[in-house]
Amino acid sequence: MKDRFNLYRFASPATFYPFAGALIPYFVAVSVVFGLAGLWLGMLVAPTDFQQGEGYRIIFIHVPASWMSMFIYLVMAGWAAIGLAFNTRLSGMMAQALAPTGALMAFLSLLTGALWGKPMWGAWWVWDARLTSELILLFLYIGYMALTAAIDDARRADKAGGLLLLVGVVNIPIIYFSVKWWNTLHQGSSVNLAKSSMATTMLWGMLLMAMCFWMYSIAIALMRVRTIMLERERNTDWVKAELLGNSAGGKK
Amino acid sequence: MLKIITAVIGRDLKLAMRRQADIVSALFFFVIVVSLFPLGIGPEPDLLRKLAPGVLWVAALLATMLSLPRLFADDHRDGTLEQLALAPHPLGLVVTGKVIAHWLVSGLPLALIAPVLGIQFDLSTDALIVLTFAILIGTPALSGIGAIGAALTLGLRGGGVLLSLLVLPLYIPVLIFGAGAVDATVAGLGGEGHLSLLAALTFASLGFAPWASAAALKIALE
Repeated sequence: MKDRFNLYRFASPATFYPFAGALIPYFVAVSVVFGLAGLWLGMLVAPTDFQQGEGYRIIFIHVPASWMSMFIYLVMAGWAAIGLAFNTRLSGMMAQALAPTGALMAFLSLLTGALWGKPMWGAWWVWDARLTSELILLFLYIGYMALTAAIDDARRADKAGGLLLLVGVVNIPIIYFSVKWWNTLHQGSSVNLAKSSMATTMLWGMLLMAMCFWMYSIAIALMRVRTIMLERERNTDWVKAELLGNSAGGKK
Repeated sequence: MLKIITAVIGRDLKLAMRRQADIVSALFFFVIVVSLFPLGIGPEPDLLRKLAPGVLWVAALLATMLSLPRLFADDHRDGTLEQLALAPHPLGLVVTGKVIAHWLVSGLPLALIAPVLGIQFDLSTDALIVLTFAILIGTPALSGIGAIGAALTLGLRGGGVLLSLLVLPLYIPVLIFGAGAVDATVAGLGGEGHLSLLAALTFASLGFAPWASAAALKIALE
């Protein structure tokens, strides 16, 4: 193990556990810094929208949460694909660790959307393609969590859940392109690499908040994956050593 | 390839014929649920006509769901499924046969009875024809997607409830286009666009779903 750095080493829970533990404080710190900067820029600096007044400021939660809800699903599906293809243990744990955060993001996206929709559209909920597909995404997360929770054997749970994730991934492009394909009430995308239709400070505020959410998701997923590892590997020596606190963790 | 599929269809149909109560009960469920709506809503023809496509489609979805757990459960219990998985031909073909057989005993009867139920909702002849077509075209997709859910929940406790949680979100596109076709006809716009999309969904799910289900079955059989 001394000769050279080997990435595959971290595929083992015993080595990944302390590694994840060491990373978590950094992600938390970065998330807090981005969050404070984003909130400051979004709530205090960004100008009032000429059309929507101050109400638009919920965008700084709504858009990052929606992005993360889709992105986390894709990451989970990616882990699922790796897990099914290479039969790795860690990928299933990562997918399971990400699921509650993804569900939370989808829920936040729907909730802030409803709170935003009431003053702007005059309705909490409209049967619009984007709203409906985001709701389906929330159901997919819940379905995944219910399926993995219902299967006692962890390996089978990972595989069955992974397959469900891969089947459900068709929903992601539907959500993403729904504002283009169906011209309904939900406004089109206002972020564009070439030319954005929003003020620069708004855009930056939103991007900073997105980074904050991203880092938060990584931190919380790592925390959760550590718990899952302890639970699944409870019969191994390294977990016993870890829990007894007589080692720095992961020492072979 | 075709021989395997037809053999599986023939076998499953024979098994279904030996237990006709299962087919009839799902069909009765459909009839009763649809008939309850006019009683609950009241006799206003305009309102009923507006509700009909959605009510009929949701009831069709639920009736399909009712028979899904049995798709693999019996074969799993008596060991047939393991034998089929061990056989030299691909499991996906076997699942294709089972999906088609499932549609013949669950989806097809629904489509045949749907126009009769549509009359309760005061639908016009055009709308009834489109409704029948939509259910005829759309229900194979329901059987295909449902097979994935049935394979994933095979042998789990509380599998039936879990199955609905997994499968119903994936049914939403079929529901939207199926009910949309009838809605568009009632509105005088013509339902061809919706029917084409429905047919596309059916072909896509019949092409992919059996292989996803086969993968899920292999996980369940491990």
